[in-house]
Amino acid sequence: MTTKQVETLDRVVIRFAGDSGDGMQLTGDRFTAETASLGNDLATLPNFPAEIRAPAGTLPGVSSFQLHFADHDISTPGDAPDVLVAMNPAALRANLHDVPRGGTLIVDTDDFTKRNLAKVGYHTSPLDDGSLESYQVHALPMTSMTVKALEGLDLSRKDAERSKNMFALGLLSWLYDRPTAATERFLKAKFGKRATVLEANLRAFRAGWAFGETTEGFAVRFTVPPAPAEKGTYRNVTGNTALAYGLVAAAHRAGLPIVLGSYPITPASDILHTLSGLKRFGVTTIQAEDEIAGVGAALGASFGGSLGITSTSGPGLALKAETIGLAVMLELPLVIVDVQRGGPSTGLPTKTEQSDLLQAMYGRNGESPVPVVAPSTPTDCFDAAVDAVRIAVTYRTPVVLLSDGYLANGSEPWKLPRVDDLPAVDPGFATEPNGAEADGVTPAFRPYLRDAETLARPWAVPGTAGLEHRVGGLEKADVTGDISYDPANHDRMVRLRRAKVKGVAVPDIEVDDPTATRGGPQDSRSEVLVLGWGSTYGPITAAVRAARKQGLSVAQTHLRHINPLPGNLGEVLRRYPKVLVPEMNLGQLALLLRGRYLADVTSCNQVRGLPFTSTELVEAISALHHAPARSHHEARAVHGEAR
Amino acid sequence: MTATVPLGMPAARSGGSGLDGVPALPEGVALGKKDFTSAQEVRWCPGCGDYAVLAAVQGFLPELGLRRENVVFISGIGCSSRFPYYLDTFGMHSIHGRAPAIATGLATSRSDLSVWVVTGDGDALSIGGNHLIHAMRRNVNMTVLLFNNRIYGLTKGQYSPTSETGKVTKSTPAGSLDAPFNPVSLALGAEATFVARTLDSDRKHLTSVLRAAAEHRGTSLVEIYQNCPIFNDGAFDVLKDRDESVGRLVRLEDGQPLLFGAEGAQKAVVRSASGFGVEVLDAAAAAEAGREVLVHDAGADDPSAAFALSRLDDVSMAHVPVGIFRSVARPTYDDLARQQLDEARDVAGGPASDDDLAALLAGGDTWTVG
Ligand code: SF4
Repeated sequence: MTTKQVETLDRVVIRFAGDSGDGMQLTGDRFTAETASLGNDLATLPNFPAEIRAPAGTLPGVSSFQLHFADHDISTPGDAPDVLVAMNPAALRANLHDVPRGGTLIVDTDDFTKRNLAKVGYHTSPLDDGSLESYQVHALPMTSMTVKALEGLDLSRKDAERSKNMFALGLLSWLYDRPTAATERFLKAKFGKRATVLEANLRAFRAGWAFGETTEGFAVRFTVPPAPAEKGTYRNVTGNTALAYGLVAAAHRAGLPIVLGSYPITPASDILHTLSGLKRFGVTTIQAEDEIAGVGAALGASFGGSLGITSTSGPGLALKAETIGLAVMLELPLVIVDVQRGGPSTGLPTKTEQSDLLQAMYGRNGESPVPVVAPSTPTDCFDAAVDAVRIAVTYRTPVVLLSDGYLANGSEPWKLPRVDDLPAVDPGFATEPNGAEADGVTPAFRPYLRDAETLARPWAVPGTAGLEHRVGGLEKADVTGDISYDPANHDRMVRLRRAKVKGVAVPDIEVDDPTATRGGPQDSRSEVLVLGWGSTYGPITAAVRAARKQGLSVAQTHLRHINPLPGNLGEVLRRYPKVLVPEMNLGQLALLLRGRYLADVTSCNQVRGLPFTSTELVEAISALHHAPARSHHEARAVHGEAR
Repeated sequence: MTATVPLGMPAARSGGSGLDGVPALPEGVALGKKDFTSAQEVRWCPGCGDYAVLAAVQGFLPELGLRRENVVFISGIGCSSRFPYYLDTFGMHSIHGRAPAIATGLATSRSDLSVWVVTGDGDALSIGGNHLIHAMRRNVNMTVLLFNNRIYGLTKGQYSPTSETGKVTKSTPAGSLDAPFNPVSLALGAEATFVARTLDSDRKHLTSVLRAAAEHRGTSLVEIYQNCPIFNDGAFDVLKDRDESVGRLVRLEDGQPLLFGAEGAQKAVVRSASGFGVEVLDAAAAAEAGREVLVHDAGADDPSAAFALSRLDDVSMAHVPVGIFRSVARPTYDDLARQQLDEARDVAGGPASDDDLAALLAGGDTWTVG
């Protein structure tokens, strides 16, 4: 055995790429789990086609999984991979342009046949024609080595080849000194009932590891030490799982059963899958006949005193609009989870985007305000879901929880919350009449008599004697809830519904501004404020750090609540003459900020289906930083809040 | 019906009463029609068939012996969908076509409620067609009252999915082109376990059908032929006229031979010559030809006979079966859903505690720092 040199790195970005049938997502997931258990900070970016199995060996069929891990706090899956694992020519071709010169390529050569090369437009093999000279290339027949390792097992060659992803995982696990016990346990749990398949996967995994250890091709082995982290117990979690758990945790603390009405849709289906396995926690899931029925069933359950939830993506949100409007009118708790994807129409089902913001805000007929909550990281999906439930239950209102494809499938380490620390919202069901008939004596129930502080109406559920009442989509008379066509009443009710949502308690935003906190004069501030919402948090954070390293004066803040906006936002915007708003849409939050505060923010937009790279954000920050400042007077004028 | 996959759960309650689990009034306490009548002023057009149905429902509900607070009426949009406002129970006047979906969520989460859906031909069969068929397929425990007046009333007189082809209306000045639905055939095709038809004007028949529908555990679909005097007046007159109706109305009674018509001119429903459908023959001629009079069996597992009966009715209304076409026991979606929850809880040894939640959040793969 050769003695290998061990080198310590502070961070690595690896991208696994192969055919969508090659098991790259599983490989990435397992490498992530190994890395998480080692205590590195990490962030992941799965990227796969919408087709379940696009034609093998083609560019559209390439599926990849990128993982960034480090010995320090990181916030993105990395702009560019240091290491690309390519299982076929298509994977190499589709991903090579992201790998910086000098990067490492680990390539399975078995698929580099003339035909496969031609399929993706290679006239000569890049492995032989010198085009990869500026990379460190490890060209290995991983498939044949896998097949060889499985000799003697009762498997066809084709079946044996399927374990090549485990060979790659074993090799990479060796190369980066990852613990392997959990992966072996995982394989045993997954394939335990199919002994041959289990044996094949284990053998391939171990063969990959052993190959790394014995071959001279890999002279150096790397370690990435654990990142310092707060004391606590951690796990790795994806945004969709965290979001589902947040809903369950909040409902559990409130003592409410959950009814999820949902229709399968990418990338939200995993929320339905997760919740359907949590019956034990009082979760009923109804896979409805369509998106409309999903939200309808949820609303019906809310009327009955459950926490009604529906989960969907943009096209589904469009279909649910009318029912959400009904929920606005009925003033019942309802959580609508929209895991955004590329649009319009069917758009890019498996790619991320933030383009449903205005749909969430305004995509209904009439004046139909709903609170909008947006998580910023995969783990924040948990907290944002808890918050959405708090708002829905406290204010008797539908709430839109705006996640996106990047958060949904991305994962990161999560410091487990203490259950005791989670808020316990009291549903406060109405139990008795809250008013009197005209005679002033006979008790009567007034379904639209509001709480003075929250403006919430009573949640009076069927089965409660004396509270029989009728609700519906027709305009309600204030207090009594009777049908009313009175113009003045309608005007009042529209304003009341708006006031209720405007009055939802949301915390002020905090601005991370190194200039202001360095004890300078009160009004000292950075040159540029970067303001984001939702999943851009990671890339923005990385970019702001990088920009500061370059000497730029940058502050950062991030919105969790889009409706209502934090009370101090207007004042924050007035403090900064240059505000950069990066969004994975064409400027939807910017439009809201301009409309609400007359704030002349600068948009930075892209809709490529992938998160921002920190590089492009640093460029945008730098450009704004160096742009001529407006005169003080002018700045004041454009930042005055419209009231 | 046998499940092809062993579900590993106790035999579902089937064939129980639709009211099982709904709290009854204490012994000796009874409510009257007045108790089920809300203070809301009723606002249908004078002479609308909806009045008669409302009166029948208000008069019949006390019979069930339920607490008012455990009764819920959910409607969609249309003239008849104002119904819930006039009943002093819990109610929701929802949006167009969606009442069955909303009721599905409510019924699934609350076994202690008697859930009713009020809908019309446009609401249930046009904009809400999908929800209606899926509610029936799932067999959610609820009673659907489908007011069929074969016209759009609330939007002032356009043709509906049950209007006869060629109907001249505001939106079809040259006559409508589409073939109508037969709601009973549709329901039977959608795997409904209880399907009945009745008339707004026949209080006694209406009430008896409502009673059976409420008693049925599962989705009960009751089609009510309802007159709209404003936009489709007299649509069902031939079924209401004493003389005319005798030879047309086929009153379905379980276990009884399908004979109808005036004395001396009796008609019989027999298996059609082709063997698949049914046809109406002069009873005497049928006897002579040795054609066996069909005996109505609403409980037959195979819905073919019920379907064949439903096909007797067409726009000519020459022969219109009324009564219960089908009433069979099948596990309900809501019972099964609750069973799954109960079972998950039992297997885990009781309701989830804070510790269980903590264990869920942690999952199987944690590490500790510090
Ligand atoms: S339009 Fe017809 S159905 Fe509607 S209320 Fe008037 S009479 Fe009744």
